[in-house]
Amino acid sequence: MLEIKNLHVSIEEKKIIKGLNLSINKGEVHALMGPNGSGKSTLSYVLSGKDKYEIDEGTIEYNEKNLLELDVDERANEGLFLAFQYPMEIPGVQTSFFLKTAINSKRKYLGHSEMDALEFAKLMKSKAEELNINTEMLKRDLNVNYSGGEKKKQEILQMSMLSPKMAILDETDSGLDIDALRIVSEGVNKLRSKENSFLVITHYQRLLNYIKPDFVHIIADGRIVKSGDYSLALELEEKGYEEISKSA
Amino acid sequence: MAATEQTIKQVNTLGDTDYKYGFSTELDEIRPPKGLNEDIIKFISAQKDEPEWMLDWRLNAFKIFNKLPKPEWAKLNIPEIDYQDCYYYSIPKSLKDKPKSLDEIDPEIIKTYEKLGIPLKEQKMLSGIAVDAVFDSVSVATTYKKQLSDLGIVFCSISEAVKTHPDLVKKYLGSVIPVSDHSFAALNSAVFTDGSFIYIPEGVRCPVELSTYFRINAMNTGQFERTLIIADKDSYVSYLEGCTAPMRDENQLHAANVELVALDNAEIKYSTVQNWYPGDKEGKGGIYNFVTKRGACRGKNSKISWTQVETGSAITWKYPSCILQGDNSKGEFYSVAITNNMQQADTGTKMIHIGKNTSSKIISKGISAGKANNTYRGLVNILSKAKNARNFTQCDSLLIGNKCGAHTVPYIESSNSDSMVEHEATTSKINEDQLFYCQQRGLNSEDAVGLIVNGFCKEVLQHLPMEFAVEAQKLVAISLEGSVG
Repeated sequence: MLEIKNLHVSIEEKKIIKGLNLSINKGEVHALMGPNGSGKSTLSYVLSGKDKYEIDEGTIEYNEKNLLELDVDERANEGLFLAFQYPMEIPGVQTSFFLKTAINSKRKYLGHSEMDALEFAKLMKSKAEELNINTEMLKRDLNVNYSGGEKKKQEILQMSMLSPKMAILDETDSGLDIDALRIVSEGVNKLRSKENSFLVITHYQRLLNYIKPDFVHIIADGRIVKSGDYSLALELEEKGYEEISKSA
Repeated sequence: MAATEQTIKQVNTLGDTDYKYGFSTELDEIRPPKGLNEDIIKFISAQKDEPEWMLDWRLNAFKIFNKLPKPEWAKLNIPEIDYQDCYYYSIPKSLKDKPKSLDEIDPEIIKTYEKLGIPLKEQKMLSGIAVDAVFDSVSVATTYKKQLSDLGIVFCSISEAVKTHPDLVKKYLGSVIPVSDHSFAALNSAVFTDGSFIYIPEGVRCPVELSTYFRINAMNTGQFERTLIIADKDSYVSYLEGCTAPMRDENQLHAANVELVALDNAEIKYSTVQNWYPGDKEGKGGIYNFVTKRGACRGKNSKISWTQVETGSAITWKYPSCILQGDNSKGEFYSVAITNNMQQADTGTKMIHIGKNTSSKIISKGISAGKANNTYRGLVNILSKAKNARNFTQCDSLLIGNKCGAHTVPYIESSNSDSMVEHEATTSKINEDQLFYCQQRGLNSEDAVGLIVNGFCKEVLQHLPMEFAVEAQKLVAISLEGSVG
């Protein structure tokens, strides 16, 4: 699904990622954990194609394609989804309209006809119910005056409606209370299948109680310093980043 | 030719044909020689069989025009206009003897309107919208005439109204925009060719949208439309105008005068979707859109509301205004002005508060891309007798790219201490993070810009009649194609 080899990334001459390797197969859930400034979010932006990041070295293969050659929207329509740490507010654009536009952009890219209004309304309603989202909220402008929790739920709603092959969750747990955390995690778990993969980026082990990863990686100073299974997350919780990084 | 060069060339030509209304129609035309003089004015008047008082009015306006300097206040770079190098009248030959029914209209003209999405034939008429179509200098056809006249509503071309309703025309023509207002107003008064006339009788609520569609077809021809709308006591009317023109390398002049009069408790809603040809990427060609629009709220509790979506024209110079004479009268101005490539726009409004408890609201959204310049210029003037007057103004500017400009020039004059004036203004660049967010959800960069800009303009677009709001949204997106990436 996703194969990152010897990735070096800099922004404005500053090196952020320094030789990162990561391989994610179909159906796997990987957690990427690391302290502030270790390059976690940079990786999510590089994968989704945000500009201003300079790829100095390395390759990224996604579904047998050279990911770095695809535009942001092409990557999205090829099934790569980023749940943002800070979802953007877009005033004047109704959330449901945005969802519909996103779905139809993907369908157009794949050569399918547009989803009709009724089918869309049904899909939105059922997915919103799964996430405990009041559909009234979707009539409001996208993310405008949403609480932190509402914004994150809304990201997961978008994810579940677009059903991506590869979803990256960038600190989705930050700013969530325990109830919202559970709902968001359940939403993610419902999407888990043999066909799609997840990269869950987080500071805390807490989220991984709800979304059980198959693999855990620890990133420090732009490189993965240690990989393991779920128990690594527990070990990290106990010892802290500094000690783990040292022992690596 | 190298392949890359060829591709570049092809892409460039694509850019030039983005304007989907840029076709022209081959027709035999009747045109007097170029130039502006008394003979041309007499010719126009004679072509229209006008009564003598109308010709005298025109000739007087021409004398005034000759004395007035060109308005200079706008932040626009207007090339010297050679008024003698322009045709002032053009009429397709087939319309010379006014057709009596739609069946007699040249099928080429009907086809032109169909291409523009404006069907004139009865069986295809737009439901709920009565259309008056103006082709170059003449009104081609007005739909729904019978249904409207049963209610006592007059909806016809101004040329016709001069003959059929001379008293109303004499009473109101030039009563809101004096001939001597400025030189474009005087020019229009001298050579105006056609436009719409509407009279809504007392107590009547016009059941359909009234609409005029202006089309400039002939080359080197100015279009000088004149519209007059009178809403008698306790009446209501919603009116919409649309405009397109073929792509031509020469600039073409469009100088319109629009006058609205609202009597006691009457309401006029006037919407414009202006999409004249803007010229090519280098700024060659395009329409000079010099328009004077002014409404008088003469009666108590009357209301005039302007909504405009200005996406076309090489130069737009336009300030739809309200004179709030009647006590408790209301004026509103909702505007979206988009300039891309080399386009220039200097647009805004004037709200003149004269009566007591008058209120006005101004919402202006300016979007600038390419190398374009976009200026909001507005005057809020509260006279000493306008006790308790209120104004709220909000001007937001959005910049796309780093070669364009946005300017906000508000003038506020208040001559009494009971009134309240509020002004809010923001200028921002289109947010890269918002664009990235949309693209991450699968929208290409142009769709993403279209979506964000439409959101930015929503407050204004929602004031358009439903049928046109959707069109306007598409137009907003199309006008900005090629502005990012």
